Amino acid sequence: MAYTLPALPYGYDALEPHFDEETMRIHHTKHHQTYVTNINAALKDNNELSTLDVQDLMTRFNDVPADKKPVVRNHGGGHANHSFFWKNLTPNNTALADGPLKSAIEKAFGSYEAFQQAFEKAATSVFGSGWAWLILKDGALKVVTTANQDSPLMGESVVGASAGYPIIGLDVWEHAYYLKYRNVRPDYIKAYWKVVNWEYAIERYKEGSS
Amino acid sequence: STTFVRTKVTLPDLKYDYAALEPAISGKIMELHHSKHHQTYVNSYNDAADKLSAASNTGDVVAQIALQPLINFHGGGHINHTLFWENLAPKNSGGGAPPSGELSKQIDSTFGSLEEVKKKFNTALAGIQGSGWAWLVKDTQTGGIGIKTYANQDPVVGQFKPLLGVDAWEHAYYLQYNNRKAEYFTAIWDVINWKAAEERFAKA
Repeated sequence: MAYTLPALPYGYDALEPHFDEETMRIHHTKHHQTYVTNINAALKDNNELSTLDVQDLMTRFNDVPADKKPVVRNHGGGHANHSFFWKNLTPNNTALADGPLKSAIEKAFGSYEAFQQAFEKAATSVFGSGWAWLILKDGALKVVTTANQDSPLMGESVVGASAGYPIIGLDVWEHAYYLKYRNVRPDYIKAYWKVVNWEYAIERYKEGSS
Repeated sequence: STTFVRTKVTLPDLKYDYAALEPAISGKIMELHHSKHHQTYVNSYNDAADKLSAASNTGDVVAQIALQPLINFHGGGHINHTLFWENLAPKNSGGGAPPSGELSKQIDSTFGSLEEVKKKFNTALAGIQGSGWAWLVKDTQTGGIGIKTYANQDPVVGQFKPLLGVDAWEHAYYLQYNNRKAEYFTAIWDVINWKAAEERFAKA
């Protein structure tokens, strides 16, 4: 059973003007598709791994044979991260509603604004390609970053202190923002708050806490 | 005690106009790449180097160590891009013209032919995960040449000397080639300045 490119839950233009249509289209149909194609090619003879949900493939990263680890890290990670990312975005963005997630954010960071600042700083500071995340680890929320296509789900042996359960995530590879934002990554990061799917984040927090 | 006066690094001028490398690399990309990306490495390196000086003067070892990644990243970015602009040239200034002399002999004896070294170089570029560079390097231990890739803005230091580099960061090609990086890797050979590589080989 091969992995497939998940459909976007909305149109390519649905996140305009914050995330532009051309980027969404290329990001989904080219970049994400390439991760899917390559992970399938790498795992075509490994039924045990290729039938796992890709997020589970991430948590079982240490079970991947050594010779397959690089491709699973880059392309399995790419498929897992982008599958999560499309659900993490929404055309129907709302402010984070009061509830357990909001309270946990306020507890961990002092205020929602302080959390936003921490997340923006982390996303800005990634050297090269990577992601910024809000993760849940041992009952506490943290802002972390990962390099390239590393997923927090890969665990401590791969991502160290960035290991945990993703609640929200932002792709800061240049392909995610260059067409519209050029070199001005901070403008892209600010735009993220207009498209982040807090309802999905609340679900994730619930799942991760159980 | 001695006080060190630190000279700021500055953005080097290009020897050619932004549009001069078309159609291989668009003028729009060259302008952003030089005046924004490289300029940012220059500014950020200067800022980090100032902070490093200050920490050095007060003997704050922890602060110096904390600044190392910024120096590596932004200093490396400045070095890499400075070398890059020099190893590119418009077609009418030798861009794309094949190498000659000692370097050409080394290429033939190491790789077999110019076509082979380009092929291996592009394979190395295609294999970069995330951001990075591929370099033709001289090995100062053996005197020979080889191809190496470096992540992010890690500069070529130590045993190896940089001869010729290609930027594989997405900002180097995305506006023109989108995700089709193999096309960029093929096209850039039309504007590679082998003369610069020959001069570096002679000096290395």
